[in-house]
Amino acid sequence: MTEPVLALSGLSKSFGALKVTDGVELDLRPGEIHALIGPNGAGKSSLIKLVAGELTADAGSIRFDGREISDLDQIERARLGLTRTFQVSSLIPEFSARGNVMFAAQARRRSIFGFFRQVSRDRELIDEAMAALDRVGLASRASVRVSELSHGEKRLLEIAMALAMRPRIFLMDEPMAGLGHEGSQKLIGFLDQLRSEAPILLIEHDMDAVFQLADRISVLVAGKIIARGNADEIRNDPEVRTAYLGEDAA
Amino acid sequence: MTVALFLEQILNGLQLGVMLFLMAAGLTLIFGVMGLINLAHGSLFMVGGFVCAAVAAWTGSFWIGLAASLAAAAALGALVEITVIRRLYDRDHLDQVLATFALVLMFSEGTRFVFGSFPLYLDPPAFLSGPVTLPGGLPYPAYRLAIIIAGLAVAAGLGLLISRTRLGMQIRAGEADREMIAALGVDIRFLYTVVFALGAALAGFAGALIGAIQSVQIGMGEPVLILAFVVIVIGGIGSIRGALVAALIVGLVDTLGRFLLPTLLAGVMEASAARGVGSAIASMLIYLLMAVVLVFKPKGLFPANA
Amino acid sequence: MPEFVTEHRLNILLALILLGGPLVAHYADEPFLVTLATRATILALAGVGLNIALGLGGLVSFGHAAFFGLGGYAVGILASHHQNYEPLMTSPFVINGTNQMLVLWLVAIIVSGLAALVIGALSLRTSGVYFIMITLAFAQMIYYFAISWPAYGGEDGLSIYVRNAFPGVNTLRPLDFFLLCYAVLIVVLIAQWKMTGARFGIALQAVRQNEGRVAALGLSPYKIRLAAFVISGMVTGLAGALYADLNRFVSPSMMSWHLSGEIMVFIILGGVARLFGPVVGACLFVLFEHAFGSVTEHWQFFLGAALLAVVLFARGGFIGLVAGRVRHD
Repeated sequence: MTEPVLALSGLSKSFGALKVTDGVELDLRPGEIHALIGPNGAGKSSLIKLVAGELTADAGSIRFDGREISDLDQIERARLGLTRTFQVSSLIPEFSARGNVMFAAQARRRSIFGFFRQVSRDRELIDEAMAALDRVGLASRASVRVSELSHGEKRLLEIAMALAMRPRIFLMDEPMAGLGHEGSQKLIGFLDQLRSEAPILLIEHDMDAVFQLADRISVLVAGKIIARGNADEIRNDPEVRTAYLGEDAA
Repeated sequence: MTVALFLEQILNGLQLGVMLFLMAAGLTLIFGVMGLINLAHGSLFMVGGFVCAAVAAWTGSFWIGLAASLAAAAALGALVEITVIRRLYDRDHLDQVLATFALVLMFSEGTRFVFGSFPLYLDPPAFLSGPVTLPGGLPYPAYRLAIIIAGLAVAAGLGLLISRTRLGMQIRAGEADREMIAALGVDIRFLYTVVFALGAALAGFAGALIGAIQSVQIGMGEPVLILAFVVIVIGGIGSIRGALVAALIVGLVDTLGRFLLPTLLAGVMEASAARGVGSAIASMLIYLLMAVVLVFKPKGLFPANA
Repeated sequence: MPEFVTEHRLNILLALILLGGPLVAHYADEPFLVTLATRATILALAGVGLNIALGLGGLVSFGHAAFFGLGGYAVGILASHHQNYEPLMTSPFVINGTNQMLVLWLVAIIVSGLAALVIGALSLRTSGVYFIMITLAFAQMIYYFAISWPAYGGEDGLSIYVRNAFPGVNTLRPLDFFLLCYAVLIVVLIAQWKMTGARFGIALQAVRQNEGRVAALGLSPYKIRLAAFVISGMVTGLAGALYADLNRFVSPSMMSWHLSGEIMVFIILGGVARLFGPVVGACLFVLFEHAFGSVTEHWQFFLGAALLAVVLFARGGFIGLVAGRVRHD
């Protein structure tokens, strides 16, 4: 078995009396899509935030490439190659689509202190941004301002920005949300390819997408992982059916 | 002797602290409930001073002057809230700062137009004009002592108002969740006007009280406003308790610093240089205190949402 | 993008007007108007400095008068030592005063930049209303320090008996000094224009619009903001240096909170985040002051009323009214 890129162990987080993450054990191996599912309020987004460093865990360890990263802040973790996409699109609203991806490419270079060379003539950044936009099918919308993009286009732009970061792992928080059937199918095809570039920790409500894509599925309920397995195992797990799929079916 | 002098400085520090609390409480209340930063709060302080001085001179009674200053500041506060401030709640802080800065310019020049450029003087009421003898034989101006007592009484009253009354309940609800109180059927526009007028009255009250110690002049509220900001940063924005504690700390540190530093430095350098350096550093002391608080507690000593 | 072209052309037109006005005044033998234009130019530069923090970075600093004043005092103090031939310090090494503007400017930029570094490092730990109050408070601290520090005039300020020198320019002639200030302003504006489109400017604008996203991309919003705040303070400090030479006088009033407010007013009058916003704003301000100040001593009342009207009803400022909405890529 290959060494996991990311390994969470005993990870816990509380807000007051509310345990949002309760002793979570989870890992992500090279080349896989590991889906995290669970009913609303199960603590999925909190878990992504803990991994990305937006929240600090109360207890437990987060190992990335065998290295403990619990003490690193969000910025340092992003630099190591943990790249996340947001559940609600989080973009730079006054920039164009290309401007956003170019900024991600600039961020990957950790380049802040350029004062003269115009970004608009920076071939390197432009080419990289166009390549990423092309991969998600947004090339024709490159010069459109973010505030004028449709919801679905913003979702894809999120992915394009993540691509420009050339991450070691993707942390994707509901990338399909609001995409519609056709859009989801396209994105499923894309993510299917993407896993060979970098493994994906995927939070997703769209069960079709999860069952098509995931190599492994972990089910989170009330901050605890209650089941783990491949699509078939999860589908047939009685505990999952009562806790989660049961409700969903009703 | 030096102990008596030291005690006197402590009382002076408390008196400054109480003044700052009256200013800071209004500011922090208005920010907490309406999310507004109000630079014109110092102008209301000034208006309180002028109205009190003018009415006291006219009627011969400090108390009528004081009552008039409270009424005038509250009325002016309500008027300003209804005409201008109300349009700023949904704006960003830059717009709030600029609009209330514009109000500062208008109030200062308006006051100059009405009262002229010369300072007014206000005498404390006769029975408070002399010194009282404190335990230990220290004579201390009765009026300053009265300010401390009045300020602490207002602090206690404000605490009761917020914790025990219907208005206080609405204020607390407004600080917690603005949409919520509208849903509870509270007339939010009226509540905002009342809160703003209440803050204005506190500022006017402070201005009137201080008018009998210093002269009443244009711009007298501005240094106090900035000190009140320091108080709020140290105390934690939106917290009345934080404002009280921080105001007293700032009042004491500022007063004792000015008193002690030149003396302390005289031990290590010659006297005139010590006076110069000491007073220069003393003038910076509370800001340095603010810097230290920022390093260790960026949200202040009593963060409102903790 | 035709709208953008309009703003670009408008800027060039504005630059030419600011140059042409004093030239005409000079040949019409109206040196006072040249001095007025110089004042507007220098105040514009102070506003340009603040606009980098405020317009591009969204940092509402209410303490920029501190940098303006520090720049002024850097010039005043070094020039006063030059005048009385006493070194500024003798140990561990000797620092003499100077009357060379190039050196004075450099010192002013360094001093105000260092102050901005310290103030920014502390106040950028917070945001929003806190940031406004803290920058205001630190500026007030420096103001009180200048008042109570007796060595350089305290409250009375410090005079510069002869305007400092610049190689090849007769700075004593009003038009020459104006042209020098104008040249500085234009150079800084071009640098800011370049910076806005370069990587730093892009990062700064991104931080203003979506701080969380910038952090998620692995860049530190704090570091970007701090750098912008320091650059901003340096430019405003340079303006203070020029202002000291314009008036041949520095005093704590250069650091008063009113001045901080006025610098901010330039920006809103002209248009927030517009390259030429502070230039237009400072010119309008100086014209307003001149026009109303000669009619009524209560001109600040009308300034307040005008400012209130702009904030409440004309949020784009002058350039916003003329050139429409700003565009970014």
